[in-house]
Amino acid sequence: MDRIRTEELSGAEIVVRCLQAEGVEYVFGYPGGAVLWIYDELFKQDKVRHVLVRHEQGAAHAADAYSRSSEKVGVCLVTSGPGLTNAVTGIATAYMDSIPMVIISGQVPTHAIGEDAFQECDAVGITRPCVKHNFLVKDIRDLAVTMKKAFHIATTGRPGPVLVDIPKDITAQRHEFHYPDSVAMRSYNPVTKGHAGQIRKAVALLQEAKRPMVYSGGGVILSNASAQLRELVKATGFPCTNTLMGLGGYPGTDAQFLGMLGMHGTYEANMAMQHCDVLIAIGARFDDRVIGNPKHFAQNLRKIIHLDIDPSSISKRVKVDVPIVGNIPDVLKEILRQLEAPKADQAARPDPLRAWWKQIDQWRGKDCLKYDRAAKIIKPQFVIEKLYEVTGGDAIITSDVGQHQMWAAQFYKFDQPRRWINSGGLGTMGFGLPAAMGAQLANPGATVACVTGESSIQMCLQELSTCKQYRLPVKIINLNNKYMGMVRQWQQFFHGNRYSESYMDALPDFVKLAEGYGHSGLLIDKPQDVEPALRQAFKRKQDLVFLDFLTDQTENVYPMIPGGKGITEMILSEEL
Amino acid sequence: MRHVVSILVENEAGALSRISGLFSARGYNIESLTVAPTEDASMSRMTVVTSGSDDVIEQITKQLNKLVEVVKVVDLSEAEHIERELMLIKVRAGGKEREDMKRMADIFRGRVVDVSDNTYTIELTGSGAKLDAFIQALDQSAILETVRTGASGIGRGNRILKV
Ligand SMILES: Cc1ncc(C[n+]2csc(CCOP(=O)(O)OP(=O)(O)O)c2C)c(N)n1
Repeated sequence: MDRIRTEELSGAEIVVRCLQAEGVEYVFGYPGGAVLWIYDELFKQDKVRHVLVRHEQGAAHAADAYSRSSEKVGVCLVTSGPGLTNAVTGIATAYMDSIPMVIISGQVPTHAIGEDAFQECDAVGITRPCVKHNFLVKDIRDLAVTMKKAFHIATTGRPGPVLVDIPKDITAQRHEFHYPDSVAMRSYNPVTKGHAGQIRKAVALLQEAKRPMVYSGGGVILSNASAQLRELVKATGFPCTNTLMGLGGYPGTDAQFLGMLGMHGTYEANMAMQHCDVLIAIGARFDDRVIGNPKHFAQNLRKIIHLDIDPSSISKRVKVDVPIVGNIPDVLKEILRQLEAPKADQAARPDPLRAWWKQIDQWRGKDCLKYDRAAKIIKPQFVIEKLYEVTGGDAIITSDVGQHQMWAAQFYKFDQPRRWINSGGLGTMGFGLPAAMGAQLANPGATVACVTGESSIQMCLQELSTCKQYRLPVKIINLNNKYMGMVRQWQQFFHGNRYSESYMDALPDFVKLAEGYGHSGLLIDKPQDVEPALRQAFKRKQDLVFLDFLTDQTENVYPMIPGGKGITEMILSEEL
Repeated sequence: MRHVVSILVENEAGALSRISGLFSARGYNIESLTVAPTEDASMSRMTVVTSGSDDVIEQITKQLNKLVEVVKVVDLSEAEHIERELMLIKVRAGGKEREDMKRMADIFRGRVVDVSDNTYTIELTGSGAKLDAFIQALDQSAILETVRTGASGIGRGNRILKV
């Protein structure tokens, strides 16, 4: 036993053994000089499978979405210099959405560091602002424990990407291998237990609320708290809204769900946010795309309870009354336990929420997501509604960034967590397709669709080739309006219809393009063909199908809160 | 308002740039920053003098605490504390000026630590305000060079920042 433990291995073998010990199924990567020893070791074993992407940005997005769509950790492996810099967009994307992920980058040999060696870059310096933490391994004795720390830090507290930069000579040196079961770090001990006194205060506020509101975000998804959230909302009868990152945290089809809030949120969700008297924010951070201008939000008096694992998220943009730092499922369980004992006078009162729900129903009556269903050209919203129907609301949907992303968020009703995969924080065009690959590999039997636009899809288009190689049958729903639609919308609203550089000229024939990569494609240009095309595509369980929907070029996303405005200052559709 | 933030941080390569990077990335002020290892060589103690509203200072301490290598953070200015800064100042001190310079240094409890025919190098410790006052008190044209460390701080009495 001892002999096995103290076996001498090369640094490269140690890296691979660490990945095996972490139960890593897939590594998304791209080889190069600095990581050749690691690739050599990957070649010699078959526990950890490697997915060869076509661009390192794709590797990072795929690893990221692998995490988002499962409870596992995505791992990505890139070479030094350009390999690393190509991955940076993907790392920053994961960082902004707090996604656990481990990135291993090759580095020039230790003796060459600082000499502007071939393919040298300061990986730790470049990634510092967009990782939870990073390491440069300068001594092979530190390698295994650093790998352990990387996984530990990535997955605990508020999760995030962690980079381990490994010089080539370290991967060739030999050292005995021992993978620690755990690591203790005096400087890193995230708080997990909520403060009892604060929880009591929160419960008291919730019990007194006349116009309560539950607002939850990505933290609920990341901490696997959707069961507890659902219980809380059901037990209290409160209305609930989710952020773009939190969709699926609460069932999208439930009557107590008011839809997404924020810049393109529903009228009812935004109005209820503003007019509630007690707000409980759960794993959400009051960011600018959610509450708009914090000054406007402050106009209305409400008590705010804020529950989050990260103390720095609390009172960052909005002062809160009851901060609770802790692990969300545990805190919610405790709140639920204390709510069980209702106040004595509670039963005697008539339903205290009736007036509030009446008000909410009035707001709902606006039907703010209404669009012209009788249109002769394909409405993008219609495609998403049909996508929802055809997939039985049961698909994993990845998206790119733009109008299509907002329509997917508004019209696909996510009943479960980890089904809606999008770059909410960084807003990275190019995310959708590689994300679909990661999601498909993490969920082999699942239906995976990528909702995208003709501009976004071209940013990581090369991954169609990866999909072919690994037979990833994702369905691409291209809402092709020939414009960077979201940019065009802002130009229409705020720049006097001057459509500067937002028209996508010289578009490829996407059907032929898909065929060129060995897939098939369909062009759909009539509303009546939308559903049959979707049915046909989703029947083909083994194949990637590229559906190119020619949609209304002038359609806008409504409602919309213009940047810097308050949460109730929404622009509504002309349809209303 | 001016705040003095004390940070205990793992003595690792890159820890300093993580902290200074945090200040620049989030747009926080740094008036001064000092850092050196403590009696425990595995840890460094840093003093950052910064300014901002209470909300900003709260965010600064939270964001610092979030850094993986930061062990502890304390806002010293929340309570009684001592601040000291060291200055080395080289002044012209030839002929008639020589006596005056010496006397001035004495008044401020400075020490002459290096001399040449026409210069003195004076070492002075104290609060930033005292060092400022010394500079003000001199004939400005006599100042040849100054170097200041920035403030180091420690809590008074039983307030201790330790792991
Ligand atoms: C990498 C990157 N570059 C630029 C932007 C700015 N941007 C946001 S949405 C958008 C247009 C997206 O167009 P398209 O993919 O066609 O989607 P649509 O809005 O038309 O649905 C642009 C350019 C971005 N989000 N990401």
